[in-house]
Amino acid sequence: MSILINRHSRVMTQGITGKTGQFHTRLCREYANGQQCFVAGVNPKKPGEQFEGIPIYATVREAKEATGATVSVIYVPPAFAAAAIDEAVEADLDLVICITEGIPVRDMLRSRYKMEGRKTLLIGPNCPGIITPDEIKIGIMPGYIHKKGRIGVVSRSGTLTYEAVAQLMALGLGQSTCIGIGGDPINGLKHLDVMRLFNEDNETDAVLMVGEIGGSDEEDCARWIKDNMKKPVVGFIAGVAAPPGKRMGHAGAIIAGGQGTAQEKIAVMEACGIRVTRNPAEMGKLLKSVL
Amino acid sequence: MKIHEYQAKEILRRYGVITPQGIACFGIEEAVSAAEKLGGDKWVVKAQIYAGGRGKGGGVKLARSLAEVRLLAEAMLNKPLITPQTGPNGQVVHRLYIEQGVDIHHEYYVGIVVDRSRQRACLMASSEGGMDIEQVAASTPEKIYKILIDPISGLTDQDADAVANKISIPPSSLTAARFLLKGLYQAFDETDASLLEINPLIVTHDDQVLALDAKMNFDDNALFRHPDIVALRDLDEEDPMEIEATEYGLSYISLDGNIGCLVNGAGLAMATMDIIKLYGGSPANFLDVGGGATVDKVTEAFKIMLRNPKLRAILVNIFGGIMKCDVIAEGVTVAAREVKLSVPLIVRLEGTNVELGKKILAESGLPIISATNMADAAEKAVSAAVRGA
Repeated sequence: MSILINRHSRVMTQGITGKTGQFHTRLCREYANGQQCFVAGVNPKKPGEQFEGIPIYATVREAKEATGATVSVIYVPPAFAAAAIDEAVEADLDLVICITEGIPVRDMLRSRYKMEGRKTLLIGPNCPGIITPDEIKIGIMPGYIHKKGRIGVVSRSGTLTYEAVAQLMALGLGQSTCIGIGGDPINGLKHLDVMRLFNEDNETDAVLMVGEIGGSDEEDCARWIKDNMKKPVVGFIAGVAAPPGKRMGHAGAIIAGGQGTAQEKIAVMEACGIRVTRNPAEMGKLLKSVL
Repeated sequence: MKIHEYQAKEILRRYGVITPQGIACFGIEEAVSAAEKLGGDKWVVKAQIYAGGRGKGGGVKLARSLAEVRLLAEAMLNKPLITPQTGPNGQVVHRLYIEQGVDIHHEYYVGIVVDRSRQRACLMASSEGGMDIEQVAASTPEKIYKILIDPISGLTDQDADAVANKISIPPSSLTAARFLLKGLYQAFDETDASLLEINPLIVTHDDQVLALDAKMNFDDNALFRHPDIVALRDLDEEDPMEIEATEYGLSYISLDGNIGCLVNGAGLAMATMDIIKLYGGSPANFLDVGGGATVDKVTEAFKIMLRNPKLRAILVNIFGGIMKCDVIAEGVTVAAREVKLSVPLIVRLEGTNVELGKKILAESGLPIISATNMADAAEKAVSAAVRGA
C-alpha cells in the first residue's frame, strides 16, 4: 500500500470549471489510472453539465452519492476555498486536498475548528498535492518526474519537492508516495501525521522530510520520530539564509519573535537522531546513504 | 501588512477600546498646535514608524510645555530613528503622534497572535507591562498567562475575567478590563489581524483601563476584504524594490549580499539562497517568480535585481514542472537582451523540456554560464561574484 491514495481512489474536483481546475484535472486524468480515478466535478451553478466527459454536480454530497468519490481536490479561489473545504468535511469525505494559495488565516482557523471530531483529513492548503507514482496523482506536480518505488517524501514546498524527487530519481530511487503539505501557517496534515502513515506503510522503506522556516512542526515531528519511527528518515530545512521577520514567499515561512529558525529545527532534528543535510543538492545522496 | 500606532488606535477605538486622546501630525507647527488643541499640561511626543522598540531609541518622549513639544518634534521629524528593530541605519520619521499624558498606576502587557500548532488565536497577558515581552518569555515564562480562543464563541466574559485576574488587575477595574479585552479580540478577529499588541496596557489611579500603545499587523491574504486597511499603507516604510516586485506578482525580498537569485517556488528559492551561502557566497535577494513566469515577469525581475549597485552575479534556478524550461529559457534570453545584462548570468534548468531550454540558451549568443545542478550553479555563481567584486 502507498499512503492515503492509490489506484482505487475516486476523486472529485471542486472548482472543475475554472481555468486552473480544468488544466490540472486534464493532466491528472492523463496520468496512470487517472481516467478511472477522476469521476466527478462540483459547481453549484452547473449541475448536469460535463467537463470532458466528467459529470458535474451541484454539491459535494451529490457527487459523492452519485459516483462513490471519497476524495476531493480543491482549486476554488481563495475567498471561497475555506467554504469548499467545509462542504467536503460536512459530506464526510475521507480526504480533501486543497491546492488554493492565499486563503485568509481567519477562514482556515474556522474550517480547522469545524473539522475537529470529523473523519475527513486535509492536505494543504497552498500545496502541490499528493502523488502515488504510476498509480494516481492528485495535484499540480509534474507526474513524469516520479517513478514507483519505496521512498516516502513529505515537504512544505512545491518545486523544492520536485527537486528532491529528481535527486532520488537520478540515484534510481522511486517513491511510494510524495506529499506536499503546503506552505500556510494553518493547514491540515503536518509532517508528524504523514510520518505516522509512512511508518505503518509496508511499501515505504525510508522517508525524506523537507521542511522550512516558520512554526514548529518539524520539531514536533522529530521528537515523535525519536520515540516511534521504525524506518530511516533524513531531512533538509530551507531558510538558513532567511532574515527574521520577513515572509519568504509562503505565508507560513517566517521567523517570528526568534521562533521558527532553520538552525533551531536542524538542531532539534539532529538531537533526535535524524541526519540533516545543509546542502539542498544532496538530499537524494543523503537518503541513499541510510538505506 | 503593518500600520502605525495612531492608525491602530483609531481602529481599536471603534471597538470600544479606550486610549489617550491624540492627534497625528506631519510637521512641527502641526505638532505644537495639536498639543495646544489637546490641552492639559503634559504630552507624549511619539515617532510613528513600524519598527518596535521606539522608546529605547528615543522615539517616545514626555513634554511638559508646548516649547518642549516643539523641541522634541524638531529632534524627531525627518530624522532617522534607530531602534533595536530598525537595523543600524534606522528609519526616517515622517509622522508624529502627539498624545495627552496619562497618570499610570500600573502597566500590563496584552497580545493576541495565532498559535500555529494549536490552530487557535491565542491571547497572552502579563503583569510585566512596558517590558520587552520576548525577554519576559525567556527569563520568567511563568509571568505570561496564555489562553486559546474558541473561534466561534470568541473571547467570553469568563475568559476575559480569568485573564484580568491572572495578571492581577485590581477588582475595581475588572469590568473595564473585561470590556477592553473583549474589544481587543473582536478587533483582532474582524480586521483579520495577524498580531495585536498592547504594551503597555495601563490602569490609572481612577481605575480606568487604557491602551497606551498599540501595534497591529494584518494577514496579507485577507486584505482583499479590507480596503479601509489597505488605504492605511505607508509606502515610506517599505522597500521600494519590494513594492515594485509586488506590482508584477513577484515575491521579492532584499538581502545584503551580491548574488541575485531568480527562482520558481518559495521553497526552492530559499534553498537556492542557502546553497549560495553554503558555497561561501551571499544572496542579494529572495525572489520567487511563481508558477507562471512570463517574459514580462522575468524581465522585470532582472531590472529590479540590476538596480542593486552591489550586484555581482545573477543565478537563475528553475525546476520546470507545469512551467516548461524552453519557455523560461526564451524569457531569460529576451529579458537579458532587453536589460543589457552587466553581470555574469548563471542558469540552471531542470524538469520539463530541459534539453530544449538548454539549447535555446546555448544558441542565444549571450554569455550565459550554464549549470548542470544546484551545487554546480552555486559554485559558478559564487566564483563569478568573487571575480566581479
